[in-house]
Amino acid sequence: MLLNQFLLLAAVLFCIGVYGVLVRKNGMLVLMSVELILNAVNINLVAFGTLTDDVGGAVFALFTIAVAAAEVGIGLAIVLLMYRNRRSIDLSEADLLKG
Amino acid sequence: MTGLLLAEFTTTEKWVVNSFWGVIAVVMVYAALRVVTTKNVVHAALWLVVVLAGVAVQFLFLGAEFVAVTQILVYIGAVIVLFLFGVMLTRASMGDDETVADEKRAMAAVVGVLLLAVMAFALVDSFDDVEITADGPQSVTTVSDSIFSQYIVPFEAVSVLLLAALIGAIVVARQD
Repeated sequence: MLLNQFLLLAAVLFCIGVYGVLVRKNGMLVLMSVELILNAVNINLVAFGTLTDDVGGAVFALFTIAVAAAEVGIGLAIVLLMYRNRRSIDLSEADLLKG
Repeated sequence: MTGLLLAEFTTTEKWVVNSFWGVIAVVMVYAALRVVTTKNVVHAALWLVVVLAGVAVQFLFLGAEFVAVTQILVYIGAVIVLFLFGVMLTRASMGDDETVADEKRAMAAVVGVLLLAVMAFALVDSFDDVEITADGPQSVTTVSDSIFSQYIVPFEAVSVLLLAALIGAIVVARQD
């Protein structure tokens, strides 16, 4: 199998995730788009690990999965806090720091 | 899935494996597009399950069995449940996502397509016909030996990070 078929699939997933982060207003949906990006990176890590026959790629993919789990936990806590304070998780309304 | 990357496949077998891969890839891309376009938050979470399962299959294609199993356990098992809990707890978001201006949507699409064009050009330019030839799947023994010897410091750092995230989530979300 070609290396590029995995890398290009990961690139497509990454760009869809970037589109989602830019276009979504709902905090939950932005977090889901971030998950798409992280998964695209994981495919790249494992593909290069397999290419060079090095286990480091798989190990760092595992680390990424752990960090992504932590990120979702914190992100959901922040979204819940925002909902509790404002009764809405629309990110375009979170502009208190705007001058 | 053992040894899907083995070089001694005949042409027919390679064709079958490659078309299976193509079907999975198309399903993944369609599901990812649905994640970022669907109006319903719960549907977006369920489409995300399809993408995550597809990524796990990609890991199997690459011979990384342990990562594939971890992907299913952590992502489909835990992260999606967290997402669904979050959706249920913020009841206002159960319905449709608020409409976004068309020009913002168009600009985001332009950014995505340009980014994809640059990355695709760079990838095709650098790895035009590099073949992946692995001899069978990576054994769990190799992965665990590597984690607990060479990568022990990052492993401990990730453990502390998870603890910090746990405490931080409780502190942030706690009702006073």
